[in-house]
Amino acid sequence: MIWGVVTFPGSNCDRDCVHVLRHVLAQDVREVWHEERSLSGLDAVVLPGGFSYGDYLRAGAIAATAPVMDAVRTAAGRGVPVLGICNGFQILTEAGLLPGTLLRNRHLRFICRDVSVRVESARTPFTQRLDNGAVLRMPIAHAEGRYTASPDVLRLLESKRQVVFRYCDPDGQVLPAANPNGAARAIAGVCNRAGNVVGLMPHPERSAEGPLGSTDGRQIFESVLLAIAGVR
Amino acid sequence: MTGIAHAPPRVGVEVAPEGAPAGASGLSPEEYAAVGAALRRAPNTVELRCFAVMWSEHCAYKHSREVLRRLPTRGAGVLQGPGENAGVVEIGGGWALVWKMESHNHPSAVDPYNGAATGVGGIIRDVLAMGARPIALLDSLRCGPLDDARSRRLLAGIVGGIAGYGNSIGVPTVGGELAVDPGYRDNPLVNVACLGLVRTDRVVRGRADPPGAVLLYAGARTGRDGIGGAAFASAVLDERAEYEDRAAVQIGDPFAGKCLIEATLQALETGRVRGVQDMGAGGLACAAAEMAARADTGVVLDLYRVPLRERDMAPHEVLLSESQERMLLVTSPEDVEILAAVYRRWGLEAEVVGRVTDDGRFRAQFDDALVVDLPADLLTHAPARHVDPVPVPDPAPLAARGIAAEHALLRLLATAELAGKAPIYEQYDHMVQVRTVVRPGRDAAVLRLPEVAPAGLALTVDGNGRWCAVDPYGGALATVLEAAANLACAGAVPLAVTDCLNFASPEDPQVFWTFARAVEGIADACRALGVPVVGGNVSFYNEGPAGPILPTPVVAMVGLVPDVTTAPTVPQDDNLLVLLGAADSGLGGSLYAREFCSSLAPGFHRPNLHTAGRTLSCVREAVQRRAVALAHDVSDGGLAAALVECCLILDRGASVTLPGPVDTAALFGEEGTRVVCVVSPDDLTELQSLAATHDVPLSVLGHLEGDRFRIAGPDERVAVDLSLGRLRRAWMSLGCEAG
Repeated sequence: MIWGVVTFPGSNCDRDCVHVLRHVLAQDVREVWHEERSLSGLDAVVLPGGFSYGDYLRAGAIAATAPVMDAVRTAAGRGVPVLGICNGFQILTEAGLLPGTLLRNRHLRFICRDVSVRVESARTPFTQRLDNGAVLRMPIAHAEGRYTASPDVLRLLESKRQVVFRYCDPDGQVLPAANPNGAARAIAGVCNRAGNVVGLMPHPERSAEGPLGSTDGRQIFESVLLAIAGVR
Repeated sequence: MTGIAHAPPRVGVEVAPEGAPAGASGLSPEEYAAVGAALRRAPNTVELRCFAVMWSEHCAYKHSREVLRRLPTRGAGVLQGPGENAGVVEIGGGWALVWKMESHNHPSAVDPYNGAATGVGGIIRDVLAMGARPIALLDSLRCGPLDDARSRRLLAGIVGGIAGYGNSIGVPTVGGELAVDPGYRDNPLVNVACLGLVRTDRVVRGRADPPGAVLLYAGARTGRDGIGGAAFASAVLDERAEYEDRAAVQIGDPFAGKCLIEATLQALETGRVRGVQDMGAGGLACAAAEMAARADTGVVLDLYRVPLRERDMAPHEVLLSESQERMLLVTSPEDVEILAAVYRRWGLEAEVVGRVTDDGRFRAQFDDALVVDLPADLLTHAPARHVDPVPVPDPAPLAARGIAAEHALLRLLATAELAGKAPIYEQYDHMVQVRTVVRPGRDAAVLRLPEVAPAGLALTVDGNGRWCAVDPYGGALATVLEAAANLACAGAVPLAVTDCLNFASPEDPQVFWTFARAVEGIADACRALGVPVVGGNVSFYNEGPAGPILPTPVVAMVGLVPDVTTAPTVPQDDNLLVLLGAADSGLGGSLYAREFCSSLAPGFHRPNLHTAGRTLSCVREAVQRRAVALAHDVSDGGLAAALVECCLILDRGASVTLPGPVDTAALFGEEGTRVVCVVSPDDLTELQSLAATHDVPLSVLGHLEGDRFRIAGPDERVAVDLSLGRLRRAWMSLGCEAG
């Protein structure tokens, strides 16, 4: 299968995502520039982390209007798996492809450390290989990761199984102390109604190789391989 | 062209009146006279401003040049030593590392956030200018004691600036250090080191070559920020600096910085770039003049073609602005469009702003008028200033007050130097680029290099103003050994050093003596270890209204780890605590002396380079062979602190029995190169035989056990018995406000 990794000016995890897909998972990768208008031929798309357009104005706000986002919207509509990591998640919410928004962290500072997240919905192409309740160890690195939505939207997310990851302690307990940024209902990742568009704040590409401390993130990418194989 | 070479530039520019501007320009009357004698005319005002910046201490190393010659700069694998934008050292497999550290002290005093942010931006462009991708940052920070709200605000601003810039451009900040002293209150130190990686056949240099080539300006536009920044960095800060010198501080734009990195690396990939230099201190003038002087060529700049952010900028502003995120490229005229297209794709400016000549002149035109016409090498070679050094007398010995060991230990763990730095480094993205194998908080950070797998690089930055205040030579020497010990604990062989030499005014004969002695200490230690100094900078005039800073040479060292892919041995409960190396125990310059004595004295026993070298070899080999589960060097806070830190890292208690008397010096003395190792009983024989081979003293101090930390003497009298929880609480004293 062929993956697309989108680079916006200011993206800084694009090379890391390409590395993991190409060298760890032996996938074909097309590096997509933010001005491109077509994603045809791609089996999955990653919007990587970073500071697109400097995150000036608001994280992800400018990138959400980039030419490539029309193509992302079209692909998502066709059911292509789309993964937004960190800044990519912010872009997807700003573009209206995912519900909610990501505000400044509770303590107003950037925070970079390992967290644990619990898989809440194994129905997405990015979690298909995992079980509900599985705990993954992955790093976060963001200043604006406090997930927020209106009470109605939050209720709907829960009832439609659109909460994909929740911050938890290493044993899988969702506790206030395990929530690094003050996210509503400890939400670390969500999906759209169809389930093919997923956004999350932790970085699976930073936890896909043993020497870096964890290989849990690899399962998120490997799930897609399974999902695509299933379709074919 | 040659017809106008010696005629005084004319149109639109005032000729500076004889003698008068010397004070205003920062040039001494002698320097002003030297300019006139060399030119055989008076410089005009634009030229005079160029001299003021280019002949500043910051750009010209007037006081330090002679002394710096003592540093060893050559060694196997050194492709580029000092004198270029950054040092380059071969690491095998066709790859080289690029290594450089710089200070941004004065800007950070005036505007902590922007001063520190542009410190990061500046050092990254130095590394980029050698053709390398920046892959890691380290920062060494010093400020006033944190019980003072102003110092906390300053530190928070500095950390925020480093995070704001470094995180955004996607270069991980993987390590650093923090120290406090009242001397740094008004003059904090911000020293940032950057590591880059480049293919050996892709190294570029800051040379304007050959004649007929053009100068391509690339990056962000030029504004009025940072004008005269280099001159500002070469004077003592006064009380009004925070309000009045703000215009001398540059404002960073990390987004432009990130785009500049990617665009420049892509431009270099085309193979059409002949030379590159970043426009940092001294701006366009300094970059162009240095590139011409290095290549023994000349340049003509067309100032009206420089992309400007503001209208009506004067010629000297265009020449000397230190606006950030700008590079100057040398290329042939037919390749300009290819390179310009790369930069424009990233939303950056790219304009031809001059050309290379063969006449050795540095010229600038503005609206068709020649406003600067000088010999390029005159601008880049300020006359050296000589100071007769006067030794500082040894401080009088003082008796240490008797303080209960437990109380002292808890208080030392809570100092800024020893306390856990997570509140700071968690604000830095230390994992981007997926290389970070050993994260911040350990002796050295370790990065994997898939380019030369299974090898990696370990890096550390160390300084100790206290040791150097007591003994500038011995303190600087011990600083280098400390850096080497940190690398040894990661199993790394040292490859290169870059340093920032932070001192007060060199015009003070005692400060100058201190500086010279410290450089000798670094030189002797580096020579003994066989590590070249491949670059760095000197920062003088670090004084506030309250007085000078402690003499603070800061050393950043990088080393090669042969294999970063095999997992380290996991420590177990029965593991032993073993000390390698021995020391003359004394409290000179120690953290204990600062906290509990009325001065940093008494005395400082200089480390023995031979025994230190043997200890480091032994530790390195033990770590590489996985004979130890953890190695941690004895430094700030002495042996007691090192043992506690091992326990905190492993989250296990320990029971320790010291072989000699458990006095203050034994617990908290910082002298000598010593390393605490955590060793499985099965591996003890191997470690013992290694120690014997290297002729290094080894003593088994105790073992990991439970959740209490105990130290007793040979008479079984217990000096320390504290719970790990209590120690951890003291150690986690750095509040969020510190960062």
